[in-house]
Amino acid sequence: MTTRIDRRMAKLKAEGRPALVTYFMGGDPDYDTALAIMKALPGAGSDIIELGMPFSDPMADGPAIQAAGLRALKGGQTLAKTLKMASEFRAGDDETPIVLMGYYNPIYIYGVDRFLADAKASGIDGLIVVDLPPEMDEELCIPALKAGVNFIRLATPTTDDKRLPKVLENTSGFVYYVSMTGITGSALADTAKVSAAVTRIKGHTALPVCVGFGVKTAEQARVIGASADGVVVGTAIVNAIANVLGPRGEKTADPAEAVATLVSGLAQGVRSARLAAAE
Amino acid sequence: MNKPAMPNSFRTGPDEQGMFGIFGGRFVAETLMPLILDLEEQWNKAKTDPEFKAELQNLSTHYAGRPSKLYFAEGLTKHLGGAKVYFKREDLNHTGSHKINNCLGQILLAKRMGKKRIIAETGAGQHGVASATVAARFGYPCVVYMGATDVARQSPNVFRMKLLGAEVRPVTAGHGTLKDAMNEALRDWVTNVEDTYYLIGTAAGPHPYPELVRDFQSVIGTEARAQMLEQEGRLPDVIIAAVGGGSNAIGLFHPFLDDKDVRIIGIEAGGRGLDGIEHCASMSAGKPGVLHGNRTYLLQNSDGQILDGHSISAGLDYPGVGPEHSWLRDSGRVQYEPILDDEALEAFQLTTRVEGIIPALESAHAIAHAMKIVPKMDKDQLVIVNLSGRGDKDVHTVANMLGMEI
Repeated sequence: MTTRIDRRMAKLKAEGRPALVTYFMGGDPDYDTALAIMKALPGAGSDIIELGMPFSDPMADGPAIQAAGLRALKGGQTLAKTLKMASEFRAGDDETPIVLMGYYNPIYIYGVDRFLADAKASGIDGLIVVDLPPEMDEELCIPALKAGVNFIRLATPTTDDKRLPKVLENTSGFVYYVSMTGITGSALADTAKVSAAVTRIKGHTALPVCVGFGVKTAEQARVIGASADGVVVGTAIVNAIANVLGPRGEKTADPAEAVATLVSGLAQGVRSARLAAAE
Repeated sequence: MNKPAMPNSFRTGPDEQGMFGIFGGRFVAETLMPLILDLEEQWNKAKTDPEFKAELQNLSTHYAGRPSKLYFAEGLTKHLGGAKVYFKREDLNHTGSHKINNCLGQILLAKRMGKKRIIAETGAGQHGVASATVAARFGYPCVVYMGATDVARQSPNVFRMKLLGAEVRPVTAGHGTLKDAMNEALRDWVTNVEDTYYLIGTAAGPHPYPELVRDFQSVIGTEARAQMLEQEGRLPDVIIAAVGGGSNAIGLFHPFLDDKDVRIIGIEAGGRGLDGIEHCASMSAGKPGVLHGNRTYLLQNSDGQILDGHSISAGLDYPGVGPEHSWLRDSGRVQYEPILDDEALEAFQLTTRVEGIIPALESAHAIAHAMKIVPKMDKDQLVIVNLSGRGDKDVHTVANMLGMEI
């Protein structure tokens, strides 16, 4: 069974370039604005959309994404609304893969079976759930795979060769390599080390490997994209939204436009990655 | 929730996956997974190592001052006019609470594992002080995460930690209480995986923490059980302890779990009442969910967002509870009851006046429940209340509540 993620990754491989994976927080700063941002992403050069599900206690996230989640929750975002946002996006775009990213508790409270049925119906292609390691696969990973939804696992610098097969076992869609030990938005790790890690993971799997945590600029996207199959950018996008919000949350410019400008630049970086690598 | 089948023993958990029934588990980011697997392996080796046991025993005796006394609270007993009330005097331990039991055990584990740096979270500051204490004793740098609200209301403990050489990092996220401090400690740990030992203060978090913290705290119940047999010639009828994360409670309860005639009661923070949201009674008013590495009862909304809760006592101000308590609740072995801020305050004052003991506000919750049930019990019945800590740290909070200035 191929998914939108599989098809998109195969297409980019044929084009000889890595994917630009863009993360933003569903409902930040409010539902309508977030939907406008989501709709602007593919045109600006995003190949895969990571749609953040806000959670009150995001233990793996830095201050920028913590703040985005709080803005979204304050704006009334819920998991049900995040799914609705995906289906509204899907009505106008049946190609761009959507990956939901967040923490387990809102899904657990929504109910795993009901969540998977609704996510599938909303056009969701994959899930990244930070606090579900392979040891907890029975919770959501196995049911998701049965439902035909990709479960994308995080591999990290602490995932050694002994552990990698366990992490990769039920992973599908792509592998998300976390470039550093740390929280989202930290400084980018040594890119040579990241490249070596990508090569190491590729020795264990045929799945595409995307790299995230710490990538903020087009230049960084270009360098990481030289070895990885995809580059994930999150905090920089979330910051672009925060930068056009005033002290009381009022918009000082159009957030969708601010995000589109940033993503266009990142897309250029990603698109020049393999050219640069070939030089 | 469906009630699980009644087990033959209540003392065998957790299973190999770290589960107590549906509770517990290892809900952590992949970055931390190799660390907690390593901790589990080291802990399994340590707990059967006679050298480890001997070193902990020696420190417990000569450094922490164990065994703590089981004290017949004659003044309170006379005042209440029912069953005989005993206090398990954890307030007399070095650093003034039960927290030192766990910290001594874990610092020895950190040493075995070759770690170079200690981090901890704290609510009331009791665990922060105990962590800073053992870090000083064993020569480790120590960072303590503490909610900004708690930094303000527990200033004596903040100063103690600083004197002991720890760095106290105030956390402003959320309401600035224990939950937020724990998030920030986890963020530190995920960043500093190579050299850092996370010294969790309560019997919660990802497996194996709930188990190892319980085992280090079970000295409370093991001693109390033997002391009661020696002093009264029989087991108590009722044992009571306050439950925040639940480490002093599980420490007292665990050795008694298979004594089926002993009634066991855990006291949650009822705050300003369970009708509103200003309480921390996760088992009385919450539902199961996943936070901080384990599945357990949590205060949360219908979207699975965690609520902040409220308690007069910073040590009980946590919207979750250790997973073993959740399992003991559902299995019916332990009864969990809320006590309001005002009731705890009354117990705090009464104990001070009739016993000459200033109890921690956490422990005052347990005493408050004893005040409710003891008068209705027979004079030959026996009750143990875990006096988990001393209340010097709380005098500012209490003065505030009473409208007095210090």
